[in-house]
Amino acid sequence: MSTTASRPASRQDKAAAGVANFADDSVGASKIVNGFARKVFPDHWSFMLGEISLWTFVILLLTGTFLTFFYVPSMGEIPYEGVYAPLHGQIVSEAYASSLAISFDVRGGLIIRQIHHWAALIFVASTVVHMFRVFFTGAFRKPREINWVIGALLAILAVFEGFTGYSLPDDLLSGTGIRIAQAIMLAVPVVGTYLSFFFFGGEFPGHVLIPRFYVIHILLLPAIMLALIAAHMFLLVLHKHTQFPGPGRTNDNVVGFPLFPVYMAKMGGFFFIVFGVIALISAFVGINPIWAYGPYDPSPVTAGSQPDWYMGWLDGAVRLTPGWWEFTLWGFTFSMNIFIPTTVIILVVMAVLVAYPWIEQIATGDYREHHLLDRPRNQPTRTGLGVMALTFYVILLISGGNDIIAHMLNLSINDLTRGLRLLLFVLPPIAFWVTKRICLGLQRRDREKALHGRETGRIVRLPHGEFIEVHAPLDEYERWMLVQHESQRPLELQPAAGANPDTLFGKVQHALSRFYFDDRVEPVTPAELEAAHHHHGHGGEHAAIDPSEKGSAKTTNSLTTQG
Amino acid sequence: MTRTLSALSARRRHPLAVVLLIALALTLTGGLYAALVPQPASAQPEQSASATDIAEGEKLFIANCATCHGFNGEGGDPQPTGWGYGITGPSLVGVGAAAVDFQVGTGRMPLPYQGPQAVPAERIRFSQEQINQMAAYVASLGPGPAIPAEEFLDITALTEEEISRGSNIFRTNCAMCHNFAGAGGALTKGKEAPALFNVTERHIYEAMTTGPQSMPVFNDNTIAPEDKKAIIGFLKSIHSQPDPGGLPLGYLGPVSEGLFAWVAGIGLLIGCAVWLGMKSS
Ligand code: HEC
Ligand code: HEC
Ligand code: HEM
Repeated sequence: MSTTASRPASRQDKAAAGVANFADDSVGASKIVNGFARKVFPDHWSFMLGEISLWTFVILLLTGTFLTFFYVPSMGEIPYEGVYAPLHGQIVSEAYASSLAISFDVRGGLIIRQIHHWAALIFVASTVVHMFRVFFTGAFRKPREINWVIGALLAILAVFEGFTGYSLPDDLLSGTGIRIAQAIMLAVPVVGTYLSFFFFGGEFPGHVLIPRFYVIHILLLPAIMLALIAAHMFLLVLHKHTQFPGPGRTNDNVVGFPLFPVYMAKMGGFFFIVFGVIALISAFVGINPIWAYGPYDPSPVTAGSQPDWYMGWLDGAVRLTPGWWEFTLWGFTFSMNIFIPTTVIILVVMAVLVAYPWIEQIATGDYREHHLLDRPRNQPTRTGLGVMALTFYVILLISGGNDIIAHMLNLSINDLTRGLRLLLFVLPPIAFWVTKRICLGLQRRDREKALHGRETGRIVRLPHGEFIEVHAPLDEYERWMLVQHESQRPLELQPAAGANPDTLFGKVQHALSRFYFDDRVEPVTPAELEAAHHHHGHGGEHAAIDPSEKGSAKTTNSLTTQG
Repeated sequence: MTRTLSALSARRRHPLAVVLLIALALTLTGGLYAALVPQPASAQPEQSASATDIAEGEKLFIANCATCHGFNGEGGDPQPTGWGYGITGPSLVGVGAAAVDFQVGTGRMPLPYQGPQAVPAERIRFSQEQINQMAAYVASLGPGPAIPAEEFLDITALTEEEISRGSNIFRTNCAMCHNFAGAGGALTKGKEAPALFNVTERHIYEAMTTGPQSMPVFNDNTIAPEDKKAIIGFLKSIHSQPDPGGLPLGYLGPVSEGLFAWVAGIGLLIGCAVWLGMKSS
């Protein structure tokens, strides 16, 4: 059933390697179609995470288009005359009135609104999960760095797309969100006030913001994202998908299903599953009850004013930052308590995210192409860093809901905030260390397993009275999974690699490399395997017992050993 | 004036003196109140508590409340030992019958233990009659908001426009603490504005007139009795009908929605992906 296709970079005899050669430098149009149809796509559930983002994005386009038919992007004020009684006669913006009309007067409008909003939350969530799958498996390595960067841009644009959408209904909550966005602009030193005037076309809230956000939300950002997604998919096809190591899977081939028809059918089916799940949720669970929030008015706020979850980490960062970071200098106020946990943090996170593939390249001194994925345990430092970043992010996210948590769990919000501040600095390093130790431990266990076989839990007593546990040898495939990865060492142990350690770059590179690879478990070498086999032949302490030796050993139970 | 009154009543012996004093206090305070409070004093009527009610109320008060609030409701001294564990109750002079009806009727008083704030108990320890008696007694200590009359609580005849007005007033005055749908919210240092889902009309009204704990007092000048009724109508209308959107997830806003999207949404979809992945291999 599975097909094998060779990599373009393969130095092998391409004709012999089989179907679907995609020589990127020499493709004619017909060849593209042909090549595309005969692509193979490896199969693993985690490779479908990107697909969830893709399909939720499609759902967003479809439902969003429906919403534009009825939404009125205007801040003009009118008395509400629609069917929702508890708001009768209140002065509301046309944007808000039309959002209510979509919910209550347009047939099917409410379910479409709810699908659109649930899909938005799930879109960003699946994008983040997809990103972490790419990170932990090392799929961002050469030649996919650019696709990683495109992905990172998509992730940040998705957040802004979500935020502008959240602002459109002009209800109490979205208005509060816009107010906070204005505070973030104002807090930018020197140019803050100008920025705010520029965006709002004057004082807050003004009359232009909703029309502007509308254009950004339905035209500008979707167009950019669509183009980036197209590029993302193009590069995916160009580089072919990575695969996990396994029998017959090498850096030079792809083992999987042909894209057409098997994988296409599967993808199409998955679209309906994603749509189905989101529609089901939207049918039963409400989201963003704008009628209950009421129309925006700058004076009231509601307890529990929160942004949608993907902005929550920034809200959390602001909540954790102490107010005394704000100071006055030369008659100007510098709101570092807002500027640092919002603008600065976004920029730093973006920079690290985009740069990561190259940071790791420097640390490893490895500029080769990688088409086989890493098992996360075989990259303890990277996996540790990923878990550390995740921990940091989750603590900020939790802090964004500190009032709800305090309310639900009857905690003091002051104590909770102090506790979270502490955790923000203490937990991530602990998470890094623990994860790295766990990875190294798993690698050690893999090594043991590869060399001495699997523990069977059966205890055997040898003639001279010693007790040993019987180890069953692994089959070829299993063993290969455990021994296939390369040894990674600090650059100073690889004389030929890396920059000259006397240069500044060389110093940095060597330090980074030590940080990544000083602690390591060497993969099993063929020589070691050979030695272990030899050793087993003589029935050493941890050895797997050969069936031939069974007679001389007294088993403590009556089970037989399988060789 | 109230100081003298309570000083006198502390030494009272003759039952008739009590009655006399109380009658005096009532007329005085009633008169004063009517003179001081501008118009729709309509919500403060029916001070028809009889002298026996007040006397019964006092007995109940001394038995159940005096450890903390003092024998004359003047507020307790910190008591290092004994029942009450050093908790001091505030002075109840002038808190009015409404405060007693609210505090005891929702099960907040008598306070069972020291916490950031009083928490409504599961079981109310007093009958409504006993509560009324204690309320009458506390009302006799000094003028304060009365238990509202039925006409201010009957929301059945409210029009849509009035409910809409109620929603607007609620959003401006109450939502910052109690959340847009009355789902409650956290305040500083472990205090909280509770959820308003299961509070009776009368207790909502009384909460506004007495301002328990960190809640401000909304007297008839800030929010007129008609508007209070509109607020109650709004709360009852949204809490009695199912939400148009489906399950409202506790009306907690984006936090509960985000949690749901991750746990149910992403959870289900990854489950499907794993299932499809298994099918193929
Ligand atoms: C264990 C001590 C304690 C006991 C017993 C107690 N209270 Fe209280 N009471 C308090 C405290 C403390 C407060 C302040 C409440 C708060 O801050 O949440 C209070 C507040 C009140 C208030 C609100 C005052 C205001 O300013 O609105 C009323 C009314 C009240 N109590 C009535 C009573 C009555 C009636 C009883 C007897 C049935 C009683 N209390 C028993 C401690 C007590
Ligand atoms: C500053 C914040 C704040 C505002 C504003 C506020 N409240 Fe409260 N409210 C509280 C707190 C705190 C309590 C709890 C008091 C206690 O338990 O002693 C409370 C209690 C209540 C209760 C009693 C709930 C129960 O479980 O018995 C009601 C009803 C209520 N408020 C209604 C209102 C209404 C209506 C408004 C607007 C007119 C309002 N509140 C405005 C803070 C607030
Ligand atoms: C709008 C959001 C996104 C969509 C729709 C999307 C879609 C996809 C799809 C369908 C795949 C192939 C299936 C898979 O490997 O899961 C993929 C692969 C990939 N994505 Fe994304 N993605 C998005 C965001 C991101 C982000 C945020 C990153 C990282 C910062 C990223 C990096 C990558 C990389 C490097 C690959 C190649 C993986 C491989 O070959 O193993 N993508 N993307």
